[in-house]
Amino acid sequence: MSTSFLLLLIVLIGFISYFAGRARSFAQAGGKLSNLHSLPGYHGSYVAIWAILPAALVLGAWLVAAPVYIDSSTRAVLPEAVQAQGGATVELALGQVKSVAGGLNRLTAEEVQALESGSANLRSTLAAKGVALAGEGEPYMITAAQHFNAMTVTNRWLMSAVVLLIAIAGGVYAIRNIATRFRARNQVERVMLGALIVASSIAILTTVGIIASMLSEAGRFFTMVSPFEFFFGTVWDPRFAAAGSGGASGQFGLIPLLAGTLYIAFVAMLFAVPIGLFAAIYMAEYASPRLRSTAKPLLEVLAGIPTIVYGFFALVTVGPFLRDISAQLNGLVTGNYQNFIQAQSVLTAGIVMGIMLIPFVSSLSDDIITQVPRALRDGSLGLGATRSETVKKVILPAALPGIVGALLLTASRAVGETMIVVLAAGVAARMQINPFEPMTTVTVKIVNQLTGDLEFTSPQTLVAFALGITLFVITLGLNIYALYIVRKYREQYE
Amino acid sequence: MTDIASPAVRISTRPASAKRDIGIKRRYAAERRFRAYGIGAISLGLFFLALLLWTVFSNGYTAFQQTTITLPIEFTEKVIDPKGERTTDGKVLMTANYPLLVRDALIKQLGIDASKRPLVKQATDMVSASSRTLLRDIVVADPSVIGKTIPVTLLAEANVDSAFKGQIDLKVEESKRKVKDQQVTWMNELASAGVLKKSFNTGIFTFGASSRPEAAGVGVAALGSLFMMLIVLVLSLPIGVAASIYLEEFAPKNRLTDLIEVNINNLAAVPSIVYGLLGLAVFINFAGMPRSAAVVGGLVLTLMTLPTIIIATRAALKAVPPSIRSAALGLGASKMQTIFHHVLPLAMPGILTGTIIGLAHALGETAPLLLIGMVAFVVDYPGSPMEPSTALPVQIYMWANEAERAFVERTSGAIIILLIFLVVMNLGAILLRRRFERRW
Amino acid sequence: MNIMSEAAVEKALDQKMNTVPYKMIGKDVSVYYGEKRALFDVNLNIRENTVTALIGPSGCGKSTFLRTLNRMNDTIENCRVTGKITLDEDDIYDPTIDVVELRARVGMVFQKPNPFPKSIYDNVAYGPRIHGLARTKAEFDDVVETSLQKAGLWNEVKDRLQEPGTGLSGGQQQRLCIARAVAVSPEVILMDEPCSALDPIATAKVEELIHELRSNFTIVIVTHSMQQAARVSQRTAMFHLGNLVEENDTDKMFTNPDDQRTQDYIMGRFG
Repeated sequence: MSTSFLLLLIVLIGFISYFAGRARSFAQAGGKLSNLHSLPGYHGSYVAIWAILPAALVLGAWLVAAPVYIDSSTRAVLPEAVQAQGGATVELALGQVKSVAGGLNRLTAEEVQALESGSANLRSTLAAKGVALAGEGEPYMITAAQHFNAMTVTNRWLMSAVVLLIAIAGGVYAIRNIATRFRARNQVERVMLGALIVASSIAILTTVGIIASMLSEAGRFFTMVSPFEFFFGTVWDPRFAAAGSGGASGQFGLIPLLAGTLYIAFVAMLFAVPIGLFAAIYMAEYASPRLRSTAKPLLEVLAGIPTIVYGFFALVTVGPFLRDISAQLNGLVTGNYQNFIQAQSVLTAGIVMGIMLIPFVSSLSDDIITQVPRALRDGSLGLGATRSETVKKVILPAALPGIVGALLLTASRAVGETMIVVLAAGVAARMQINPFEPMTTVTVKIVNQLTGDLEFTSPQTLVAFALGITLFVITLGLNIYALYIVRKYREQYE
Repeated sequence: MTDIASPAVRISTRPASAKRDIGIKRRYAAERRFRAYGIGAISLGLFFLALLLWTVFSNGYTAFQQTTITLPIEFTEKVIDPKGERTTDGKVLMTANYPLLVRDALIKQLGIDASKRPLVKQATDMVSASSRTLLRDIVVADPSVIGKTIPVTLLAEANVDSAFKGQIDLKVEESKRKVKDQQVTWMNELASAGVLKKSFNTGIFTFGASSRPEAAGVGVAALGSLFMMLIVLVLSLPIGVAASIYLEEFAPKNRLTDLIEVNINNLAAVPSIVYGLLGLAVFINFAGMPRSAAVVGGLVLTLMTLPTIIIATRAALKAVPPSIRSAALGLGASKMQTIFHHVLPLAMPGILTGTIIGLAHALGETAPLLLIGMVAFVVDYPGSPMEPSTALPVQIYMWANEAERAFVERTSGAIIILLIFLVVMNLGAILLRRRFERRW
Repeated sequence: MNIMSEAAVEKALDQKMNTVPYKMIGKDVSVYYGEKRALFDVNLNIRENTVTALIGPSGCGKSTFLRTLNRMNDTIENCRVTGKITLDEDDIYDPTIDVVELRARVGMVFQKPNPFPKSIYDNVAYGPRIHGLARTKAEFDDVVETSLQKAGLWNEVKDRLQEPGTGLSGGQQQRLCIARAVAVSPEVILMDEPCSALDPIATAKVEELIHELRSNFTIVIVTHSMQQAARVSQRTAMFHLGNLVEENDTDKMFTNPDDQRTQDYIMGRFG
């Protein structure tokens, strides 16, 4: 019985239970619903929950546990000679046994007999059935595989029987509970509440998952490369991940990547903050409602455009434009029409990322500025200050903490941005200060290291997780601090 | 009647000495400058938006047209199945020399001598190499065409396509451009004969990945995106709503729920690439799910979208006035009934708006998908979310990395398609908000 | 004095209030909001088929007490109730009591009319639906009609039952809320300043309605308006700073109260 069929059966039992529960509660009520504590639908759901939930839980646990048990039992049947060779060999043998087992299921009885007697070659027989074996195959594998198959079949039947039994037992138990004063609604609602709690714990689990997965993979990386080399190394040259070479032959220095990340983020902020802030001030303090209601959403369109589009924009428009204009400028000044800005450069990536960040700065700052109480504004205007003086001397100082928070949030976006820098910043990990040259970032290198063949044993792959956790910690720090500031600011004016 | 001349009314006069200089002029100048900065900033922002869209549209609108060449192809048995084995050996029809059919039809059309090899090569270069699969599919689908001559519409090769669209400057020296003078002559000849013409490019919507721009399309990638969006919708909406209901309506206010609150706000701001790392480590490395599969992409994007949906849903639930809750409770509805019968339906427009916006974000997201192996050269439509597939933005990324001129056009075309999806989704969200917005 | 006016007869009947049995008994009821104590050992009994008015200056705890009677305070976080309140013989704060069942027996009408943003019909039918009081369409129609009739709203809305309840005028909305409460056939109806958001004409209608409902229901009403208390109630309880100052027949309360503070309040010295 396949798992999905089993699941279907459980659901079917659930359905039947629902209607049985309803009918029974009707019968108990003697046709008068107000005799019942809970509506019949709740009684039905109560019975259905008892039929489905325990069975489904057992099924889930069984599906996780059974393969582990079968594997260990099969391992035990392997010859002692194999077992003596330890972990990796046993696992390899087990893998082969499993593919043999898969192959055996496709053979006829005669063919199996031929194999058992040793008159037929295991590998070629299986190959004819489309099962490729990694090695030549040994006779013990056939017995082990048969053991494996037998276990699997028994396991299936046992699982089906137990699960169906639990489903029926649950339904029967629940249906016997039904009485006019039985509080089925409360029971059903308790299960619903449980489901709600499970759903909200997913948010926590995501964070735990992020931290745990990155820490464990990064931990494996740090067993190969010392943390000191990683965090303080000034050379990034991971080489290629050569299969089998356990070598930490590459150099994994974080500093050049971090420098590139921060430099590009800085240029982006330099570009986005004045534009975004002035736009926000104008919209909050000067703009007519009509201008505001058109300009604000239009600017926010910039935030809705996928970053890959910005990357493309940098690649085909901004990069070439900067390159050509620098060549023209150079020509005008020196007569040598050689471009001094590369198409892929800190400046290109910074400007395009800046454009992307404008709406973040403007929307967040706009919210903050409009929260400054009217009284402050009126107070200043009432003294005869002009609007701009009010903004500069009263509103901005009052809104400053909030704006700083908003800018930190924006900065965290800039640090974590990937697609723009992948296409516009270049891949060369260099330490330099010329914004017209390419540099690379943490995110670019994460992408570089993880596209193509992956080997979860080589430092070349695992370093991405070390980079990831660095990125996560930086952005998390920025976010927590920024959200804290903004919250404090809000509370102040609420 | 008023007695103006009455000595009782006196108007005070202000002595000139009392007029203070408060720098009105200078201050108003500063005021004007300040305003100008604001207007400048907004205009600059809007200018960039316009420039961005203009770049995409000016490069991309031509992608929706494709130059085609319609030739009468003679499906001669001698070429397709010279030994007459097609009934016994299925491979014959798959491996036949179809380009030869195209060559024959083309030189016949252009009147070229088959023995002039370089000339023939130039001619056949004008037709996309994808013609092989096109003709193969025709023959395999219906072997009875063998021996007949039927007109088939073939794709023009990318450079001819560009030249015909006027994107290649023909004044440039011949050796420096990819379309030769002879080909241009033929092109014009075929065009005036009505054989070569521009038509609406359905291929960009239906084709999969290809190294030849004229045969590349976003169809396969769009299906991958569709799978992922369905997974995101099916998972993140119920989970997000359930989580929000618990947090907003049931959870006691204590340190733990405070922590969850901070945590969710943070998750919304975690760089998307981190979710890619999570997906790689947990779903692929730990749980052993297939790489490049839409199901993993969907799960990753679900985790990424959840915080957005939770934040929007909680705001929507909060906006339902407490009087509705007390009304239902006062009638003896349980808390669950109150929420599911009254609060949730009223919050639904807000929830759906948030969900659509979250989905739109997920649709445009690229970085995490790169890490879970969706940068894949996928030619065929994935049959299920478990099969290798790619996504619309990833397809854009891959094309953006291609050097050819024709791929810039395709990339922009694909971006236009993506943007249209996003616009439709966002418009839907806006309409929903307008339609159901309720002021309490 | 042989010929008594109708009003005098009623008054005489009201004087016999002491013989009317208690529907709800509150014993040593105290309410805490976190650390703050809002109600101090209140002993107040509610008589069956009587309108009991709770009066007192704002913040005196009258609404708090009202909400303890159907455990609406449960919905407020950190709120704790001590003491004992019984409905008939049942201790309503007993852990085995289902709060939903309790609220089906003790309905509530709120200060601001709060119809659901659904049709008038669905507003009234909602309670019977969740409590299983009606099953067929005809039964629902019946319950809706009688409830609306009891609330004196039937003639005004019978032609537009499918229109949203939020489209009615304020007074109609409040009567709709009363109809909605009546439809569940509760034993007690709690009213928390039901007329404070209504104009005088609508108020008069609601008061008239309360008067009629009295024969079938036990009503507890919180009101700010002394006149309203005098007009609609037979018993009045006066709260001050979380304490029950005095509980008495309404007539006596307004003519010759036992407590100095009641007198002061009725005279308008504070409030």
